[in-house]
Amino acid sequence: MALPAQKQDATDARLASMTLPESGVWAKTAREDALSRVTAMGLPSARDEYWKYTNPASLVAREAPEAALHENDAVPLYDGIDRLKVVFVDGVFDAEASDDLTLEGVEIERLAEVSQMDIHWAKDLYGVLETRGQKPVERPMAALNTAYATDGLVIRATGQVAKPIALIYRHESTTSDAILHHVIRVEEGADVTVLENGPAAARFNKVMEVDVADKGAFHHVRAQGRDHERRANTHLYGRLGTESVFKSFTLTANGRLTRNEVVLELLGDDAQAHVAGAALGDGDFHHDDTVFITHDAVNCESRQVFKKVLRNGAVGVFQGKILVQPDAQKTDGYQISQSLLLDDDSQFLAKPELEIYADDVACSHGSTSGAIDEDALFYLRSRGVPEGPATDLLVLSFLAEAIDEIEDEAIADDILSRLEAWLARRRG
Amino acid sequence: MLEIKNLHVKLEEEDKQILKGVDLTLEAGKVHAIMGPNGSGKSTLSYVLSGRDGYEVTDGSATLEGEDILDLEPEERAAAGLFLAFQYPVEIPGVGNMTFLRTAVNAQRKARGEEELSAGDFLKIVREKAKSLKINADMLKRPVNVGFSGGEKKRNEIMQMAMLEPKMCILDETDSGLDVDAMKLVSDGVNALRGEGRSFLVITHYQRLLDHIKPDVVHIMADGRIVKSGGPELALEVENNGYADILEEVA
Repeated sequence: MALPAQKQDATDARLASMTLPESGVWAKTAREDALSRVTAMGLPSARDEYWKYTNPASLVAREAPEAALHENDAVPLYDGIDRLKVVFVDGVFDAEASDDLTLEGVEIERLAEVSQMDIHWAKDLYGVLETRGQKPVERPMAALNTAYATDGLVIRATGQVAKPIALIYRHESTTSDAILHHVIRVEEGADVTVLENGPAAARFNKVMEVDVADKGAFHHVRAQGRDHERRANTHLYGRLGTESVFKSFTLTANGRLTRNEVVLELLGDDAQAHVAGAALGDGDFHHDDTVFITHDAVNCESRQVFKKVLRNGAVGVFQGKILVQPDAQKTDGYQISQSLLLDDDSQFLAKPELEIYADDVACSHGSTSGAIDEDALFYLRSRGVPEGPATDLLVLSFLAEAIDEIEDEAIADDILSRLEAWLARRRG
Repeated sequence: MLEIKNLHVKLEEEDKQILKGVDLTLEAGKVHAIMGPNGSGKSTLSYVLSGRDGYEVTDGSATLEGEDILDLEPEERAAAGLFLAFQYPVEIPGVGNMTFLRTAVNAQRKARGEEELSAGDFLKIVREKAKSLKINADMLKRPVNVGFSGGEKKRNEIMQMAMLEPKMCILDETDSGLDVDAMKLVSDGVNALRGEGRSFLVITHYQRLLDHIKPDVVHIMADGRIVKSGGPELALEVENNGYADILEEVA
C-alpha cells in the first residue's frame, strides 16, 4: 500500500541524506532488510495513532536540530561504583576514555568491528527483536536504527559478570546526530548489569536488544540528562526465557524531547520483567514512556512503574500496554503511571491499556495526576522544614515506588543523590 | 509564653466565623488544657497558631514570647519554638522517619543560626529518646507514619517533640485513638518534657488524659470563645456532668 504523500516525502528526505554503512555479509543483510522495513512503513508522523501525544517531526527531520552543550557533572554518576567504563562521544566509541573491554563472565565487542565480519552470532539478535517488535505496532525509528547504526556494543554474558558495564554517552558537538545499537545476549544462568548515563548527542537514536536465556538475569539502570535541548528516541527490547529476570529503571532529567520505548516479550514460564522510570521536567520538556509487554508463557510477572514530576509547562506522556496471550495463564501484570503536577501549566497524558485473552490472570493498572499533598506539606513545614525542601521531600516520596525498583542499593543511592541535587538546583 | 488576644478567625473558603474572640495567657512552664464540645473551635485554634492555610485572622493577635507569630510561615513558627502534635499525623510514603527527623532538626537549627547536628550525634540522641518512648529501630527506619498503628503515630509525634525540644507544645486530641497503655506511654513522654520554661496547651475531649498530664489551668471552649477557666476540678466537672451545665451557666 502506498504511503500518504507527506509521510513518503519526509521518509525520502531523511533517507536521501543517509547511506548504508559498509558491512560484512550478515550485517549487510540485516541492514538491507531493516531499510526495506523503513521504506515500507515510512517514518512516523504526528498523524500516526502511536505518535498522537508526541510529535516526531524533530526526530524524523533530515538534520538534527542544534542542541547546546551542558556542563558535565563534577562527580559523574556511578562514580563510586566499581564498573567497566565504555565511553561514546556523540555516538562514537572512544577507546582512550574507555576501559579495556575484558571482563570476567562476559565477552564485549564493538558493533563497528563485528559488523565487518561475514559471520557472527550477533546476526541472531541484531535487528531480530526489533523486527519481532514491529507487530502489532510499527516502530520505524528502530528499523531506521538497525539499518544505519555503525557503533554500539555486542555483549555476550556467559556467567556472573564481575561488575557492571557502564555506558557513558558524552555530548560534545552541538549538531551531533548519533545512532547507537547494542545487542546483549544473556546466556543460561548468566547475570549482567548494564548502566547508562549521559545525554549522548544533540539527537540520539538508540536501540538495545536484550535476549535473556533461561534463568538469566539482566539489570539495567540508566540516567538521561541534564542537557536541556537534547532529543532522544530510544528502544529497549527484551525477550525473556524461562525463569529469567529483566529489570530496567530510567531516570530522566530535562531534555526537550525524549521518547523511551520498551518492548518486552515473556516467552518462557515463570519469567519476571520490571520496568520503571522517574522523569523530572521543568519548562521546555516533553517526555514519553511507551511500553508494550507481551505475556506469552505461564506464571510470569510484569511490573510497570512510571512517575513524572512536571512543572512550568512540562509535558509527560505514558502509553503502556499489557498484552496477555491465550496461553499465558497465571499472569501477574501490574502497571502504574502517575504524575505530580507542580503547577497548572504542566500536562500529563496517559493511555494505559490491557488486552487479555487468558482467563486466569491478575492484571491491575492505575493512572493518576495530582498536586502536592497540602496536608503533608503543612505537616513537614510545621516541623520546621521550609516550603522548598519540604516540597522536594514530597517529590522524592512520590518517586520512591519507581526508585525502589532498582535492586542494587549503591546504584539506587547514587540515583537518589542525583535526584536530590537536581531538585536543590531547581530551588536555586 | 503564649499570649492570645481577642482572636477572631474565619474560614477562607466560606464566610464562616470559627473563632470569635479567644483570649488566653499561658505562662512559661505551665500546662493549660482546653476542653469543649465538637465544633467549638479547639482544633481550629491549634491550626491557626501553627500556620495552616485556609484560615483568615480577622482580628486579634497571638504572640510567642512577645513575638507576633500570625504573620510567620509555619516553619518560622516551628523554629521560634512552637510545636503542634497532630490529631491525625500524616503518612509520608517513601520518606524514612529518620531522614524526616534529621531534616526537621537541622532545618530548625539552621533557621536559628545554630550548627547542624552531625550524623553521629543525631543518631545518638535519636536512640536515646526513642528508647524512652518504646520506639524501635524498625519504626525509625520505616517511612513516616506509614503502616503505624494509632498508638505508634502518636508516640511518633511525641518523639518528634522530644527531638525538636520546642518551648510551646500544642497537643491536639493526642488521646484520640489511644488505648490505656498507649495513653500512659504518650503521657509519660510528655511529662518527661515538662519543665522550667516549656509550656503545653493540651486540647482534649476527655478528662482521662488529664489524669496523666496534670494541667495547671483548664479552659472550656464553646462557640469560638473560652467561656470558663478554672483549675483541674473543672475537667472533673465536665467528666461528671458534660458540657451542658457549664454552657447553661455562662449563657
